Amino acid sequence: MTDMTNTPATRSTPTLVMGPVLFNWAPERLSDFYARIADEADVDRVHVGEVVCSKREPFFADRLPEAIERLTRAGKTVVVDALALPTLKRERQSVAALAGLDGVEIEINDMTPLALLPAGRRFAVSPLVNVYDEGTLGWFAARGAWSVALPYELPTASIERLAAEGARLGIETQLHVFGRVPLAISGRCYHARVHGLAKDSCQFVCNQDPDGLEVDTLDGEGFLAVNGVQTLSDACTAAGDEIATLLGFGVGAFRLSPQSCDMVAVAAIYRALLAGSFDGAEARARLGAVGLALPLGVPMMSGSWPATAGAASPR
Amino acid sequence: MNAPLTKIRPELVCPAGTPAALRTAVEAGADAIYCGFRDETNARNFPGLNFDQRELEEGIRFAHQRGAKVLVAINTFPQAGRTPLWHEAVAKAEGAGADAVILADLGLVAHTTEKHPTLRRHLSVQAAAANPDAIRFWVETFGIRRVVLPRVLSVPEIAAINAEVACETEVFVFGGLCVMAEGRCSLSSHATGKSPNMTGVCSPPSHVVYAQDGDELVAKLGAYTIDRTPKGEAAPYPTLCKGRFSAGGTIGHVFEDPVSLDAVQLIPALVEAGVTAFKIEGRQRSRAYTQAVVAAFRKAVDDHMAGRPIAADMTRRLAEGQTTTAGAYKKTWR
Repeated sequence: MTDMTNTPATRSTPTLVMGPVLFNWAPERLSDFYARIADEADVDRVHVGEVVCSKREPFFADRLPEAIERLTRAGKTVVVDALALPTLKRERQSVAALAGLDGVEIEINDMTPLALLPAGRRFAVSPLVNVYDEGTLGWFAARGAWSVALPYELPTASIERLAAEGARLGIETQLHVFGRVPLAISGRCYHARVHGLAKDSCQFVCNQDPDGLEVDTLDGEGFLAVNGVQTLSDACTAAGDEIATLLGFGVGAFRLSPQSCDMVAVAAIYRALLAGSFDGAEARARLGAVGLALPLGVPMMSGSWPATAGAASPR
Repeated sequence: MNAPLTKIRPELVCPAGTPAALRTAVEAGADAIYCGFRDETNARNFPGLNFDQRELEEGIRFAHQRGAKVLVAINTFPQAGRTPLWHEAVAKAEGAGADAVILADLGLVAHTTEKHPTLRRHLSVQAAAANPDAIRFWVETFGIRRVVLPRVLSVPEIAAINAEVACETEVFVFGGLCVMAEGRCSLSSHATGKSPNMTGVCSPPSHVVYAQDGDELVAKLGAYTIDRTPKGEAAPYPTLCKGRFSAGGTIGHVFEDPVSLDAVQLIPALVEAGVTAFKIEGRQRSRAYTQAVVAAFRKAVDDHMAGRPIAADMTRRLAEGQTTTAGAYKKTWR
């Protein structure tokens, strides 16, 4: 069951990753997004596929091969994501179909694909999978994981240890550095609930909110955002000087989670941060000009996240 | 599907936050008790709760003498660099004579499978195995004997799972209700830095502040207002996902009302669905509460197995004034 063809974690340049689009963007918008990322964005790897809600899957299914082809032609490594919480038969079939694909990298978002992947098939592990300790990381590496994106809530000390362990095992460790932070997933659709609808007759109201729907406290402070069955932070994480720390730990890949702003510009800012051309203050100043309508926050790793995040800013 | 003779007699799995609660639950009719060590290895790591090794040994002796099992929950996710604490917890549970350990972390399950192969392994709800494929992975890879199902599934989905999987299933029937897939929720981390996965707590009392603001009582968790209650009304505990917020121009319980789970009337359907064990939440609750809830569910299960109806008001007074729901077991909840 062990695949010894893991990608070496020691690289001269860190990898910049465009994560999967978590929100319900119209098919045309998604096609345009991938086309622009293919042609213009300085990223090494691009994730495609629906993570949050299987009801959205059919809308982009016929456009997906073209998006993959275009990204591949542009020299990007393409990774197809599996659903995060498959429970229905068609959701299991969707994951099974993905697990059976040859010639593409896949990322697991729960343990379902591991029952379906052929022995020896390599895979990436998303931040939605619980990898908190060396035992779990080691098990995944032995089972064929070549990249493990660490969970959002990990404290700095854990990131440091797991990055070192990843290097020892010869696999990449990855961290989310930009975008609203996914905090929870449920069987219940909150978008539908807020609109007085049920999940089964949701009318796809989540398509009205390309960055998610804000959930404010009764004091009018930004707190959370809902995206169908998913709950995210209100603030958009924008790591700055933390990047240097993470590079020092040996974190090999840095994930940008798409929001409805100029993600090509965001990628350029993070490429410069990774190269050491910008410091955190410079990056933050430039992120003010990418058309992002969300407050900026810092990664949860700091342990003082709520206090320093833009999440506490009044709207 | 009318086969009453082959009906499984479900096991009633009851909480014990203290040795006294363990004895109370056994005497009230629990078939099995679940409990944890007094540290962050279990998901109810509250001050004044839980067991040290000697208390666990004594509790297990007491339960075994009366025909009840003891399941030890070691169901948080180990902190990197500190995994020995979790490994020791498994060894201590086995040494104390536990009937099973309830685990969530993949690395810890792998360790237990290798180092304690004869110790029965249950998969915690915190591992969120929510479909037959995921369950098959855990059973085939690690010999998991029972899976505690996440509270995101409807009764027909549970029946479909049981028709496909080669292990027992356990479901929650009473008590606190998570609306998110368990083990996959960092909401408490977001507001307080403390989480079920890492520290075994959710919306912890240490981070709760009540403050008067004019005619309203403000309940805060960390820096965030979770609810505001007019003077004179009972203020609910600010559990993050049961709070009132503003979204899409309306104010309300965006995630869930302040309700708790009561599936007592679903016992027949869940037995029919092939569920092996019914779990009562509440290791943090009082002995009196434990006694009353366990006794009520003992009677409900026994009544059903004897072909008697389950009384409509069986659990009404147990919810202590709280509204109850059947949660995701009814598909309309979604």
